[in-house]
Amino acid sequence: MSAARAPAEIVCRQLVELVTSYLEGALDPDTATRFEEHLAICAKCTVYVEQFRLVIAEAGTITAGALPPATRAGLLEAFHGWKGSA
Amino acid sequence: MSSPSERSTLSEPDLIAGLRRRDEAAFMELVERYHQQLVRLAMSFVSTPAAAEDVVQETWLGVLKGIDRFEERSSLKTWIFRILTNRAKTRGVRDSRVVPFSALAAEETGEGPSVEPERFFGPGHRIEGHWAVPPTPWAAGGEERALSRETREVIGAAIDALPPAQRTVISLRDVEGVDAEEVCRLLDLTEGNQRVLLHRARTKVRRALEDYFASGEEAA
Repeated sequence: MSAARAPAEIVCRQLVELVTSYLEGALDPDTATRFEEHLAICAKCTVYVEQFRLVIAEAGTITAGALPPATRAGLLEAFHGWKGSA
Repeated sequence: MSSPSERSTLSEPDLIAGLRRRDEAAFMELVERYHQQLVRLAMSFVSTPAAAEDVVQETWLGVLKGIDRFEERSSLKTWIFRILTNRAKTRGVRDSRVVPFSALAAEETGEGPSVEPERFFGPGHRIEGHWAVPPTPWAAGGEERALSRETREVIGAAIDALPPAQRTVISLRDVEGVDAEEVCRLLDLTEGNQRVLLHRARTKVRRALEDYFASGEEAA
Protein backbone atom coordinates (compact mmCIF):
# COMPACT_ATOMS: atom_id res chain seq x y z
CA MET A 1 0.00 0.00 0.00
CA SER A 2 2.91 2.38 0.62
CA ALA A 3 5.08 3.97 -2.07
CA ALA A 4 2.94 2.05 -4.50
CA ARG A 5 3.87 1.25 -8.08
CA ALA A 6 0.95 1.52 -10.43
CA PRO A 7 0.42 -0.35 -13.72
CA ALA A 8 1.52 1.12 -17.05
CA GLU A 9 -1.33 3.58 -17.20
CA ILE A 10 -2.96 5.07 -14.15
CA VAL A 11 -6.74 5.18 -14.15
CA CYS A 12 -8.91 7.27 -11.84
CA ARG A 13 -9.51 4.43 -9.37
CA GLN A 14 -5.77 4.10 -8.81
CA LEU A 15 -5.04 7.79 -8.84
CA VAL A 16 -7.30 8.51 -5.88
CA GLU A 17 -5.28 6.05 -3.78
CA LEU A 18 -2.00 7.75 -4.68
CA VAL A 19 -2.78 11.39 -3.98
CA THR A 20 -1.09 11.62 -0.59
CA SER A 21 1.94 9.68 -1.76
CA TYR A 22 2.16 12.03 -4.72
CA LEU A 23 1.84 15.16 -2.59
CA GLU A 24 4.45 13.80 -0.16
CA GLY A 25 6.90 13.09 -2.96
CA ALA A 26 6.79 9.41 -2.04
CA LEU A 27 5.99 8.00 -5.49
CA ASP A 28 8.79 6.53 -7.56
CA PRO A 29 9.61 8.82 -10.51
CA ASP A 30 7.83 6.60 -13.09
CA THR A 31 4.63 6.51 -11.14
CA ALA A 32 4.80 10.23 -10.40
CA THR A 33 5.10 10.88 -14.13
CA ARG A 34 2.12 8.68 -14.92
CA PHE A 35 0.17 10.36 -12.13
CA GLU A 36 0.82 13.73 -13.76
CA GLU A 37 0.06 12.40 -17.24
CA HIS A 38 -3.29 11.19 -16.05
CA LEU A 39 -4.07 14.50 -14.37
CA ALA A 40 -3.24 16.33 -17.57
CA ILE A 41 -5.99 14.47 -19.44
CA CYS A 42 -8.56 13.97 -16.68
CA ALA A 43 -10.59 16.95 -15.50
CA LYS A 44 -12.40 14.82 -12.93
CA CYS A 45 -9.24 13.73 -11.19
CA THR A 46 -7.96 17.29 -11.41
CA VAL A 47 -11.01 18.42 -9.46
CA TYR A 48 -10.46 15.58 -7.00
CA VAL A 49 -6.84 16.52 -6.34
CA GLU A 50 -7.70 20.21 -6.02
CA GLN A 51 -10.35 19.36 -3.44
CA PHE A 52 -7.82 17.22 -1.63
CA ARG A 53 -5.39 20.11 -1.49
CA LEU A 54 -8.13 22.40 -0.31
CA VAL A 55 -9.00 20.04 2.54
CA ILE A 56 -5.35 20.01 3.60
CA ALA A 57 -5.08 23.79 3.47
CA GLU A 58 -8.33 24.31 5.36
CA ALA A 59 -7.43 21.77 8.03
CA GLY A 60 -4.39 23.94 8.76
CA THR A 61 -6.62 26.85 9.69
CA ILE A 62 -8.55 24.97 12.38
CA THR A 63 -7.78 26.24 15.84
CA ALA A 64 -8.49 24.62 19.18
CA GLY A 65 -11.38 25.92 21.20
CA ALA A 66 -10.90 28.08 24.25
CA LEU A 67 -9.63 26.44 27.38
CA PRO A 68 -12.28 25.62 30.01
CA PRO A 69 -11.85 28.08 32.93
CA ALA A 70 -11.45 25.27 35.50
CA THR A 71 -8.62 23.73 33.49
CA ARG A 72 -6.99 27.09 33.15
CA ALA A 73 -7.25 27.74 36.87
CA GLY A 74 -5.82 24.31 37.68
CA LEU A 75 -2.81 24.86 35.44
CA LEU A 76 -2.23 28.30 36.83
CA GLU A 77 -2.16 26.78 40.30
CA ALA A 78 0.27 24.10 39.14
CA PHE A 79 2.45 26.84 37.69
CA HIS A 80 2.59 28.74 40.95
CA GLY A 81 3.27 25.53 42.84
CA TRP A 82 6.23 24.90 40.59
CA LYS A 83 7.43 28.47 40.76
CA GLY A 84 7.27 28.42 44.56
CA SER A 85 9.30 25.22 44.73
CA ALA A 86 11.81 25.99 42.00
CA MET B 1 -2.87 38.07 32.12
CA SER B 2 -4.12 37.50 28.59
CA SER B 3 -7.70 36.48 27.92
CA PRO B 4 -8.32 33.06 26.43
CA SER B 5 -9.71 34.49 23.21
CA GLU B 6 -6.71 36.66 22.52
CA ARG B 7 -4.63 35.53 19.56
CA SER B 8 -1.16 34.45 20.52
CA THR B 9 1.61 36.73 19.48
CA LEU B 10 4.76 35.61 21.30
CA SER B 11 7.34 33.83 19.17
CA GLU B 12 8.91 30.55 20.27
CA PRO B 13 12.14 32.19 21.44
CA ASP B 14 10.04 34.64 23.47
CA LEU B 15 8.09 31.78 24.99
CA ILE B 16 11.23 29.81 25.83
CA ALA B 17 12.85 32.85 27.41
CA GLY B 18 9.61 33.59 29.26
CA LEU B 19 9.40 30.09 30.70
CA ARG B 20 13.00 30.31 31.83
CA ARG B 21 12.16 33.54 33.63
CA ARG B 22 9.23 31.74 35.28
CA ASP B 23 6.91 34.15 33.54
CA GLU B 24 3.27 33.31 34.07
CA ALA B 25 2.06 34.97 30.87
CA ALA B 26 4.43 32.90 28.74
CA PHE B 27 3.33 29.69 30.40
CA MET B 28 -0.35 30.50 30.08
CA GLU B 29 0.07 31.42 26.45
CA LEU B 30 1.58 27.99 25.77
CA VAL B 31 -1.24 26.40 27.69
CA GLU B 32 -3.82 28.27 25.61
CA ARG B 33 -2.07 27.25 22.42
CA TYR B 34 -1.52 23.59 23.03
CA HIS B 35 -3.50 22.22 25.94
CA GLN B 36 -6.57 21.11 24.02
CA GLN B 37 -4.49 19.52 21.27
CA LEU B 38 -2.38 17.73 23.84
CA VAL B 39 -5.48 16.30 25.45
CA ARG B 40 -6.69 15.03 22.09
CA LEU B 41 -3.32 13.54 21.34
CA ALA B 42 -3.19 11.90 24.76
CA MET B 43 -6.56 10.29 24.10
CA SER B 44 -4.90 8.20 21.40
CA PHE B 45 -2.93 6.40 24.08
CA VAL B 46 -5.01 6.25 27.23
CA SER B 47 -8.49 4.96 27.89
CA THR B 48 -10.34 7.81 29.58
CA PRO B 49 -10.59 11.59 29.27
CA ALA B 50 -9.57 11.86 32.94
CA ALA B 51 -6.39 9.89 32.26
CA ALA B 52 -5.68 12.13 29.26
CA GLU B 53 -6.07 15.25 31.40
CA ASP B 54 -3.72 13.74 33.99
CA VAL B 55 -1.12 13.00 31.35
CA VAL B 56 -1.32 16.54 29.99
CA GLN B 57 -1.03 17.99 33.48
CA GLU B 58 2.10 15.87 33.98
CA THR B 59 3.35 17.07 30.62
CA TRP B 60 3.06 20.71 31.63
CA LEU B 61 4.96 20.00 34.83
CA GLY B 62 7.56 18.19 32.73
CA VAL B 63 7.81 21.25 30.48
CA LEU B 64 8.34 23.57 33.45
CA LYS B 65 10.89 21.29 35.09
CA GLY B 66 12.69 20.59 31.83
CA ILE B 67 12.78 24.02 30.21
CA ASP B 68 16.18 24.95 31.63
CA ARG B 69 17.65 21.81 30.05
CA PHE B 70 15.78 22.16 26.73
CA GLU B 71 18.52 22.33 24.09
CA GLU B 72 16.37 23.74 21.26
CA ARG B 73 17.38 21.06 18.80
CA SER B 74 13.70 20.75 17.95
CA SER B 75 10.98 23.35 18.10
CA LEU B 76 9.42 23.99 21.48
CA LYS B 77 6.15 22.60 20.18
CA THR B 78 7.79 19.36 19.03
CA TRP B 79 9.55 19.02 22.36
CA ILE B 80 6.27 19.43 24.23
CA PHE B 81 4.54 16.90 21.97
CA ARG B 82 7.35 14.43 22.64
CA ILE B 83 7.04 14.82 26.39
CA LEU B 84 3.32 14.23 26.01
CA THR B 85 3.59 11.10 23.89
CA ASN B 86 6.26 9.60 26.15
CA ARG B 87 4.10 10.10 29.19
CA ALA B 88 0.92 9.02 27.46
CA LYS B 89 2.54 5.80 26.22
CA THR B 90 3.79 4.99 29.70
CA ARG B 91 0.37 5.68 31.16
CA GLY B 92 -1.35 3.64 28.44
CA VAL B 93 0.84 0.64 29.24
CA ARG B 94 0.30 1.03 32.98
CA ASP B 95 -3.46 1.16 32.53
CA SER B 96 -3.20 -1.77 30.11
CA ARG B 97 -5.33 0.08 27.68
CA VAL B 98 -7.29 -2.48 25.69
CA VAL B 99 -6.08 -1.42 22.25
CA PRO B 100 -2.57 0.03 21.98
CA PHE B 101 -1.94 2.64 19.31
CA SER B 102 0.13 0.25 17.19
CA ALA B 103 -2.85 -2.12 17.02
CA LEU B 104 -5.22 0.72 16.09
CA ALA B 105 -2.83 1.78 13.37
CA ALA B 106 -2.51 -1.74 12.01
CA GLU B 107 -6.26 -2.15 11.91
CA GLU B 108 -6.85 1.21 10.29
CA THR B 109 -4.28 0.77 7.54
CA GLY B 110 -5.79 -2.57 6.58
CA GLU B 111 -9.14 -1.27 5.35
CA GLY B 112 -10.20 -1.71 1.72
CA PRO B 113 -9.97 0.98 -1.00
CA SER B 114 -10.30 4.46 0.47
CA VAL B 115 -12.81 5.62 -2.16
CA GLU B 116 -15.93 3.48 -2.64
CA PRO B 117 -15.41 1.14 -5.62
CA GLU B 118 -18.94 1.93 -6.90
CA ARG B 119 -17.76 5.37 -7.87
CA PHE B 120 -15.69 3.84 -10.67
CA PHE B 121 -16.75 1.78 -13.69
CA GLY B 122 -16.33 -1.89 -12.92
CA PRO B 123 -14.70 -4.83 -14.75
CA GLY B 124 -15.87 -5.33 -18.31
CA HIS B 125 -16.79 -1.70 -18.77
CA ARG B 126 -15.23 0.09 -21.74
CA ILE B 127 -13.54 2.53 -19.41
CA GLU B 128 -13.06 0.37 -16.35
CA GLY B 129 -11.54 2.19 -13.40
CA HIS B 130 -12.62 5.64 -14.60
CA TRP B 131 -15.02 7.78 -12.61
CA ALA B 132 -18.64 6.67 -12.80
CA VAL B 133 -19.68 9.12 -10.09
CA PRO B 134 -17.07 11.85 -10.39
CA PRO B 135 -16.41 14.58 -7.86
CA THR B 136 -18.32 17.75 -8.64
CA PRO B 137 -16.66 21.11 -8.26
CA TRP B 138 -17.62 22.69 -4.95
CA ALA B 139 -17.95 26.30 -5.83
CA ALA B 140 -18.88 28.35 -8.84
CA GLY B 141 -15.74 30.39 -8.36
CA GLY B 142 -13.48 27.36 -8.53
CA GLU B 143 -11.87 25.26 -5.84
CA GLU B 144 -9.45 27.99 -4.86
CA ARG B 145 -12.29 30.01 -3.38
CA ALA B 146 -11.76 30.41 0.32
CA LEU B 147 -14.16 28.27 2.30
CA SER B 148 -16.46 29.64 4.92
CA ARG B 149 -16.15 29.09 8.62
CA GLU B 150 -19.02 26.67 8.30
CA THR B 151 -17.13 24.38 5.96
CA ARG B 152 -14.17 24.52 8.31
CA GLU B 153 -16.51 23.24 10.99
CA VAL B 154 -17.54 20.41 8.68
CA ILE B 155 -13.87 19.51 8.30
CA GLY B 156 -13.36 19.64 12.06
CA ALA B 157 -16.37 17.40 12.68
CA ALA B 158 -15.20 14.97 9.99
CA ILE B 159 -11.79 14.75 11.65
CA ASP B 160 -13.42 14.12 15.02
CA ALA B 161 -15.45 11.28 13.50
CA LEU B 162 -12.39 9.44 12.12
CA PRO B 163 -11.08 6.24 13.70
CA PRO B 164 -8.48 7.14 16.35
CA ALA B 165 -5.20 6.46 14.52
CA GLN B 166 -6.34 8.28 11.39
CA ARG B 167 -7.66 11.16 13.47
CA THR B 168 -4.39 11.45 15.36
CA VAL B 169 -2.26 11.45 12.23
CA ILE B 170 -4.31 14.01 10.30
CA SER B 171 -4.55 16.22 13.40
CA LEU B 172 -0.79 16.26 13.78
CA ARG B 173 0.06 16.56 10.10
CA ASP B 174 -2.60 18.81 8.62
CA VAL B 175 -4.02 20.69 11.59
CA GLU B 176 -0.82 21.07 13.65
CA GLY B 177 1.61 21.11 10.76
CA VAL B 178 3.98 18.56 12.33
CA ASP B 179 6.20 17.01 9.65
CA ALA B 180 5.96 13.38 8.57
CA GLU B 181 9.21 12.29 10.15
CA GLU B 182 8.26 13.74 13.52
CA VAL B 183 4.79 12.16 13.40
CA CYS B 184 6.40 8.76 12.74
CA ARG B 185 8.62 9.33 15.73
CA LEU B 186 5.85 10.52 18.05
CA LEU B 187 3.53 7.67 17.17
CA ASP B 188 6.08 4.92 16.45
CA LEU B 189 4.78 4.55 12.93
CA THR B 190 6.63 3.52 9.80
CA GLU B 191 6.70 6.13 7.06
CA GLY B 192 4.45 3.96 4.91
CA ASN B 193 1.83 3.44 7.59
CA GLN B 194 1.86 7.09 8.52
CA ARG B 195 1.12 7.92 4.89
CA VAL B 196 -1.65 5.35 4.57
CA LEU B 197 -3.37 6.62 7.71
CA LEU B 198 -3.03 10.21 6.54
CA HIS B 199 -4.37 9.35 3.11
CA ARG B 200 -7.39 7.52 4.46
CA ALA B 201 -8.11 10.37 6.83
CA ARG B 202 -7.86 13.02 4.10
CA THR B 203 -9.97 10.93 1.76
CA LYS B 204 -12.76 10.68 4.33
CA VAL B 205 -12.61 14.35 5.19
CA ARG B 206 -12.81 15.31 1.50
CA ARG B 207 -15.76 12.97 1.21
CA ALA B 208 -17.51 14.58 4.18
CA LEU B 209 -17.10 17.98 2.59
CA GLU B 210 -18.44 16.62 -0.69
CA ASP B 211 -21.53 15.32 1.13
CA TYR B 212 -21.92 18.68 2.79
CA PHE B 213 -21.88 20.54 -0.53
CA ALA B 214 -24.12 17.96 -2.16
CA SER B 215 -26.75 18.40 0.54
CA GLY B 216 -27.21 21.93 -0.76
CA GLU B 217 -25.06 24.85 0.16
CA GLU B 218 -27.01 26.24 3.06
CA ALA B 219 -27.30 30.00 2.98
CA ALA B 220 -23.70 31.13 2.81
